Amino acid sequence: MLSATQTVASLENTTKRYKNGVTAVDHLSLHLSSGQVIALLGPNGAGKSTAVKLMMGLSAPTSGTVSVFGSDPRNPHTRLRTGVMLQVGRAPEMLRVREHINIFRGYYSNPMPYEDLMKAAALEGLEDRFFGQLSGGQKQRVLFAIALAGDPDLVFLDEPTVGLDIESRRAIWAEIRALAARGKTVLLTTHYLEEADALAHRIIVMNKGRVICAGTPAEVKSMGAGYPSATANGFKIVRCATTLTADHLQAMPGVLAVSTTGHLTEITTEQPEAALREMLVLDRSLSALEVECPALEDAFLTLTAEN
Amino acid sequence: MSTPSVTLPVASSANPTSRAIRIFLTEIRYEVLRALRTRAFSLSSIGFPVMFYCLFGLMMNRNETIGAVAVAKYLLGGYAIFGSLGAAIFGIGVGVALDRSAGWLELKQASPMPPLAYVLSKVCMAAAFSLTIVSILTLLGVFFGHVQITSFEFLRILAIAALGAAPFSCLGLAMAFLVPPASAGGIANLIYLPMSFLSGLWVPLQFLPHVIQQIAPIFPTFHLAQIMYAALGASSEGAFSSHLFGLLGFTLIMLGITWLAFQRQEENA
Repeated sequence: MLSATQTVASLENTTKRYKNGVTAVDHLSLHLSSGQVIALLGPNGAGKSTAVKLMMGLSAPTSGTVSVFGSDPRNPHTRLRTGVMLQVGRAPEMLRVREHINIFRGYYSNPMPYEDLMKAAALEGLEDRFFGQLSGGQKQRVLFAIALAGDPDLVFLDEPTVGLDIESRRAIWAEIRALAARGKTVLLTTHYLEEADALAHRIIVMNKGRVICAGTPAEVKSMGAGYPSATANGFKIVRCATTLTADHLQAMPGVLAVSTTGHLTEITTEQPEAALREMLVLDRSLSALEVECPALEDAFLTLTAEN
Repeated sequence: MSTPSVTLPVASSANPTSRAIRIFLTEIRYEVLRALRTRAFSLSSIGFPVMFYCLFGLMMNRNETIGAVAVAKYLLGGYAIFGSLGAAIFGIGVGVALDRSAGWLELKQASPMPPLAYVLSKVCMAAAFSLTIVSILTLLGVFFGHVQITSFEFLRILAIAALGAAPFSCLGLAMAFLVPPASAGGIANLIYLPMSFLSGLWVPLQFLPHVIQQIAPIFPTFHLAQIMYAALGASSEGAFSSHLFGLLGFTLIMLGITWLAFQRQEENA
C-alpha cells in the first residue's frame, strides 16, 4: 500500500516554450500525491492544459523534468497505469458506446469490468447507441468511462463535467471520490470552482505558467482573502441596490473594495455590521440586500488578478 | 473502513505479445467497420470509381482495343487505382486530419495503444476498400463490358490494389499532418483529381499531350498503373523493378514528411 504522501507524478522546474515564443509553463514544479484529488485552477491561458499534457506525455518539455511513476510519461508501462480524459471535439461517430469502451479496455492488462465501468459513468442503456447519436453530456460520460477503462492508478481529467446536467455531474463527482478512496490519484482541471471546492484535497492555482498558490480549499480561500489591509480573513461581501455613491462607500471603515454591476453595488468589507448599519440609515430606499461569505471563486479571482 | 481492492494480474495479461496482436486486430476490425458504416465515405469512395468506370469504360465502349487488350479491360486497371487512391486520400488524409483537430488522436496517443496499431488500422481500411472496389469493377467489366479476365489475372490485380494502399496511405498520412484540418477535404480533391488524370488513370497516357506523358512518372499512381496494366496483359511502360522503386521511394518520402510533421506537432503540443 502506498503511503499517503508518496509522489506519483511530478514536474520539476519545467518550462515549455513554444516556437512562437510563448512560454506556456514557466519553471513550474508540481507534485501529485497518491490517493489525492488535485484540482488545477486558473484562467484561460494559465498553462493548465500544457502542464497536464506534459504529464500525459503528449508534449515534450523545453527544459526541466517530467516524471510519472518514476519514469518518462511516454513509457508504455507508465501509460498502462494512467487514464486520460481530454476535451475531444469529435470521436469516431459510427462506433457504438460498447465498442468504444471495449476498444480502450483492450489496451490494458487489467481493465475495469465492463459492467462496473458502465455503472460508474452512468451509461447503462446507452451501450448500443452510436457515439454520433449521443447528447453532449452523454459523450462526456463516454470519455469519462474511457479514462477509467484500464482501472488506472492515476487519472487525468480535463474539464470532466463540462456540459453535464446536475445529476450526471453529481454522479461523476461520486465516482471521483470513490477513486480517491480506493487509493487512486486524480488530477482534474476545471472551470467550476465549486467542483474543485467539493472534490479536491488540494487546489493548485496557476496563472501565466506559474503556481500562484496551492493548498487545501480552505487554505486557498484564506490566501485569497489576503487583501493588503485585511487583518483577518473574516471579511464579507455585501450586495445591494443603493443610491450611495461608490466614493462614499469606499470611505466607510473596513471597506476594502466597491464595485458596481448594473444596478447592484458590491462591497467587500471587514466590518459588514457597521457598514450595513450606516448604509441602512443613509439610504432608506436600499433594496435587494444580500450578505455572503467569500467563495473560492472570489479568492481565485483575487489571486489571479493580483498576479 | 473498506479494504482497498487488490488487483491481481489476469492470465491473459501474462503474454504481452498476444495482447498486442489482439489490440492490432481489434483496431483494424473497428476501423473497417467504422468506415463502412460512415455512408458518406463508403458510398462515395466506392461510388466514384464505379461511376467513372461505367461512364468511360462501359457506356462509351466501342469495342476498341489498346495494344492487345480491350479498352474496358485496360481502364479497369486505371479506375481500380483511382478507387484505391480515393479511399486512402479521403479515408486517411481527411479522416486523420479530423481526428487530429478534434483531439481524438491525442487521446489515442495518451492511451497505451501502440501507435502503429492506429496507423496499420488505417492502412488496412484503405486496403479493404481497394479490394472491394477492384472486385466490383471486375464484376461490372465481366458482365457489362465483355471483359475477359482469367482468375490468375484477377488475383494479381487484387494483390496490386492491396499493395497500392501502402504508398497511398502514406500520402494520406503526410497530408493529414501537413494540411489545416478544416481545408483537408478541398485539398484532398486538389490532389486526388489532378493526380488521377495526369497519371493516365482516366484517359490512357498515349492519348494525352506529350508534356503530361513526361511528368506522369513523378506520381505513384503512374507506377502502380503500369504494374496493373502489365498484370492485365496490356502494354505498359518501363520495367517492373523501376516501378517498384518508384513506389518505394514515394512511400519513404511520404513517411519522412509524416515523421517530420509529427515531430513538429509534438514540439508545439
